[in-house]
Amino acid sequence: MRAPFPRLAALLPALLLTSTGLAAAPDPSDWEAVLDEARGQTVYWYAWAGEQRTNDYIDWVAGRVEEQFDIELTHVKVGDTAEAVSRVLAEKQADNHDDGNVDLIWINGENFATMKANDLLFGPFAEALPNFALTHPEHNPEVVTDFTLPTEGYESPWGRAQITFYYDSDEVAAPPQDIQALLEWAEANPGRFTYPRIPDFTGSTFLKQALIALTDEDDALYAPVDESDFAAITAPLWEYLDALHPHLWRSGRQFPATGPEMRSLMGDGELAMAFTFTPSEPAAAVADFELPPSTRSYVPQDGTLGNVHFVAIPFNSPHKAGAMVVADFLLSPEAQAHKQDLAVWGDRTVLDVARLDDDSRALFTLDESNPAMLPAGALQQTLPEPHPSWMTALQDAWQARYIGN
Amino acid sequence: MMLRLAPVLLVALLVAPILAGLGMALLPAFGYLPALGGDSLSLAPWRALFAEPGIWRSATISLASGLLATAISLAVVLLYLAAATGSRLDRWIRRLVSPLLSIPHAAAAFGLAFLIAPSGLVARLASPGLTGWERPPDLLIVQDPWGLSLIAGLVIKEIPFLLLMSLAALPQLDPERRVAMARSLGYRPTLAWWKVVAPSLYPLIRLPVYAVIAYASSVVDVAMILGPTLPPTLAVSILGWFSDPDLDKRFLASAGAILQLGVTATALAIWWGLERLVARLMGGWIARGGRRRGETGLHVAGKLWILLATVIAFFGIAGLAIHSVAGFWRFPDALPGSFTAAHWARVLPSLAGPVASTALIALCATLLAMVLALAALENEQRTGRHPSRALWLLYLPLIVPQIAFLFGLAVVMEQLGTRPTLALVAFGHLLFVLPYVFLSLSEAYRRFDPRWSRLALTLGASCNGAFWRVRLPMLLAPILTALAVGLAVSIGQYLPTQLLGGGRVTTVTTEAVSLAAGGNRRVIGVWALVQACLPLAGFILAVGLPRLLWSRRRGMQGAP
Amino acid sequence: MNATHRLELRDICIQLGDQVLVELDAEIGPGEVLTVMGPSGSGKSTLLAYLAGFLAPEFRAGGQVLLDGHDISGLPAERRGIGLLFQDPLLFPHLSVAGNLRFGMPRDSTDKAARVDKALANIGLAGFGDRDPATLSGGQKARVALMRLLLSAPCAVLLDEPFSKLDTHLRHEMRRLVFDRLREAGLPSLLVTHDGEDAEDAGGRVIELSH
Repeated sequence: MRAPFPRLAALLPALLLTSTGLAAAPDPSDWEAVLDEARGQTVYWYAWAGEQRTNDYIDWVAGRVEEQFDIELTHVKVGDTAEAVSRVLAEKQADNHDDGNVDLIWINGENFATMKANDLLFGPFAEALPNFALTHPEHNPEVVTDFTLPTEGYESPWGRAQITFYYDSDEVAAPPQDIQALLEWAEANPGRFTYPRIPDFTGSTFLKQALIALTDEDDALYAPVDESDFAAITAPLWEYLDALHPHLWRSGRQFPATGPEMRSLMGDGELAMAFTFTPSEPAAAVADFELPPSTRSYVPQDGTLGNVHFVAIPFNSPHKAGAMVVADFLLSPEAQAHKQDLAVWGDRTVLDVARLDDDSRALFTLDESNPAMLPAGALQQTLPEPHPSWMTALQDAWQARYIGN
Repeated sequence: MMLRLAPVLLVALLVAPILAGLGMALLPAFGYLPALGGDSLSLAPWRALFAEPGIWRSATISLASGLLATAISLAVVLLYLAAATGSRLDRWIRRLVSPLLSIPHAAAAFGLAFLIAPSGLVARLASPGLTGWERPPDLLIVQDPWGLSLIAGLVIKEIPFLLLMSLAALPQLDPERRVAMARSLGYRPTLAWWKVVAPSLYPLIRLPVYAVIAYASSVVDVAMILGPTLPPTLAVSILGWFSDPDLDKRFLASAGAILQLGVTATALAIWWGLERLVARLMGGWIARGGRRRGETGLHVAGKLWILLATVIAFFGIAGLAIHSVAGFWRFPDALPGSFTAAHWARVLPSLAGPVASTALIALCATLLAMVLALAALENEQRTGRHPSRALWLLYLPLIVPQIAFLFGLAVVMEQLGTRPTLALVAFGHLLFVLPYVFLSLSEAYRRFDPRWSRLALTLGASCNGAFWRVRLPMLLAPILTALAVGLAVSIGQYLPTQLLGGGRVTTVTTEAVSLAAGGNRRVIGVWALVQACLPLAGFILAVGLPRLLWSRRRGMQGAP
Repeated sequence: MNATHRLELRDICIQLGDQVLVELDAEIGPGEVLTVMGPSGSGKSTLLAYLAGFLAPEFRAGGQVLLDGHDISGLPAERRGIGLLFQDPLLFPHLSVAGNLRFGMPRDSTDKAARVDKALANIGLAGFGDRDPATLSGGQKARVALMRLLLSAPCAVLLDEPFSKLDTHLRHEMRRLVFDRLREAGLPSLLVTHDGEDAEDAGGRVIELSH
């Protein structure tokens, strides 16, 4: 890449020399030193911004870390986390090793796998964060596992998602409880259900969910995809989708771009049933006038996929100390409880609430008065995420099959 | 001296970044990107590109929507101009169309989507009374696979642009006298316009037409909102590949960028061929000498289509406004069941930052563009030379698709070690603002009666004095209009802001488009309205300020 | 206003490519009006453009223009000291009547306001200073334009068919006013026209351009 710019190539080492002095990576085991270094830093947090409630919560976090730690947190709004991954990569291409733009990134799954495989991440740091112990990873392995990959301290958990279905109870009396029933329901109610267009992550999760339900070889899904016969394992899935698509919204010729767009289709009455990755979303949307009051949520009998989402720090962040302090704040009972508040965002905590002290535990009492809210205990049936390579393989196969026909 | 450098500076400033950006797309397109392990030239990216599902369909839709959107917009504009008689309706249309130019593409696209969707405003107004629909019909209207709604969205936005460009060019043709002459030979007025004005008008607006073709065949934000999805248009696909976490897709994306360049070039070539064909057909039609046949049809079409497009655009914006204050709004209610200020209250606190950076970037880019454009035009006047041929290159940023060179440019900037700042984004906007400012201003500047400056000089004023005391104040109205156009162009920019700003620089447009992913119509309504209002403020100022300043100078009203 | 000036045109020859458009050799004394007549296309306007300093670069010109003995042919228009009266009055539409008069007054002139008032009274437009020029009649505009020219204190004047657009009844009156004032000011003037009456009223020598 630098060949056409010989002069530039000569300049770059000089640029690097001037900036290396700045960035002796902070050591998270000396937390006081990290706090000291973080003071006055500006942390650029690249985070998906497709949801106003999420953005508002990040705003709140920015106010709190400014107050408590004198850190200026800027939410860099991205439409797709991959954009941030691309940016870090572009910086690595340009030999920018210690003055990157991205300080913190909201991440999980395939994006994490990519960044880790390309050595784009700083770490390990997560397990040294003071509040990390509250997650009790020994009892909750999902906080240190991201789509089957061990996180090894390269990302810090901050929230939990699980596929939750919701429907308009004025129209649907008994929602389908398994994947076959869903097909039958769709046949009986054509045009009233859909899923987000692949490669959207909520839509891709629907594929994985269906595949888990349809295949007998569940074990193969938790190993890299090239270790098994992809075509054979996924054949029932394609058969199922081929049967389902003609009965979907727009006869499966078009799909909403994202989960939130699916929600707005529910609000407009175009759909009678949908699903989300944020269990509290339907209840929150009723409060926001987006969904009708007759909305109800449920988790089908066999359970649904769930995962934890994380924050990670790129290898070339110039404000690693600040980024770590923010990651730690996100794990504090205060931040976790605020996040779980239905009026704020409704994203579930990653802390092991049962093992918190009494005062902190009190913060997490759920308001179950909203009828659109999931019944207590509904989220017990969590299916673990397959290996990230399955996501990519399923996305490619779906696109090859359904695009341009 | 500085003035003499202006045209050179102008061209260098525009051409260098585009060439650098294209270069940085061309190398990876042939497999050369050492940072990703591509250190030899190969055709693998192209093989991968052509193996992408639906790639040919993507390219075809980009090509077809570019050509069709341009052809329809041009036809509507010419039909209107031919049928316009200066009636009250005509003046009313003209007055309505100008503010439409200022509405950013994304906002107009949202407005259209909210209007024509099966659960949109039109279906709500007609249901259940006329249609019997109790639920939104399961019809594929928005994002249809043929790109029809995309074309409609583009047409709505390109009509005002082409109309304004035509109105600027028309006076030098003296159309009234031409039509009067033809009428005295027995031609009906609309036919007369088509036969004696249109053939001379087209060469004057050819460049803006080419810009529309290039834009329409490679647009990103409108295609994301209204375009087909399975597969999307080529430009949208490319954007996806560039931001794919699978970094090998970068090669594919670069090849796609070059393909986009080819698609746009093909569209331009096809158009060029069509120009020849139409010129021949028109020639035959004019030579046959028909004086009456088709008059009524042409006349009615001239009023109808532009009216339809304008009304749709305004209803779209009205729809945005209603959504931004809507409580729960069940289909088929024509109006929301309740109204609430909650959406505005929620967005307002986070509005200040993006609005401020939008305004700052727009002002910097536009003022700089204005200084450069004025310097180049003034230099032209003083040296008495004809516009330099190189100034053609000014339009390069309008002809080369953004998606083809902006990613490469972002990499170049990265290589140069520049950090994404407001200044860098403003520079990126300058690429697109400058041609529009120049385009809007040059006609008025070149047509400005040279005797005024000569008079000033013979009265002893210096060249600079003549510029500051005569030319500038007398051209205030077109200068302000050009400024307003520049501001509107800058405010509407999505891709340059996103790529050169590294996502760190947020403007109302990047906010609106990133929130679009959320699909919350109420929040989108708020942001799209804000996005539409900002440039509108510029236009109101551009129209109002001269009227205020020259309220006691009749000779300055509506001149020059 | 009574200084005496002399304009000499020595062997003026203006060419476009190989074609000779104008050839002229003349001397204009103080208060004298030289009329150059010819049909349209005879190069009258080119001659004026050359003398005033606006000749387009595609033309080639030879000879000397001497004003009070100094060669001014190399000077830029604004430093030649040659005033110009056009066919149209060309009052700056963005300035008031007084603003127009003031525009050409030399920077160091004292008591501008009083001189403007006096000049307006002089042409029968006392109290018109604040008026919008667009509200004046044709004759009034022409008078303001003349006064603006005189207030700019030129050393010589070029007249480019200044009466051709006036109504017949105004034309004679304006001619008298213009020529009287120019003579009064002792300015050498060159009038181009295709109207024989103009030449008659000017009363000076007449040169016919053939082409």
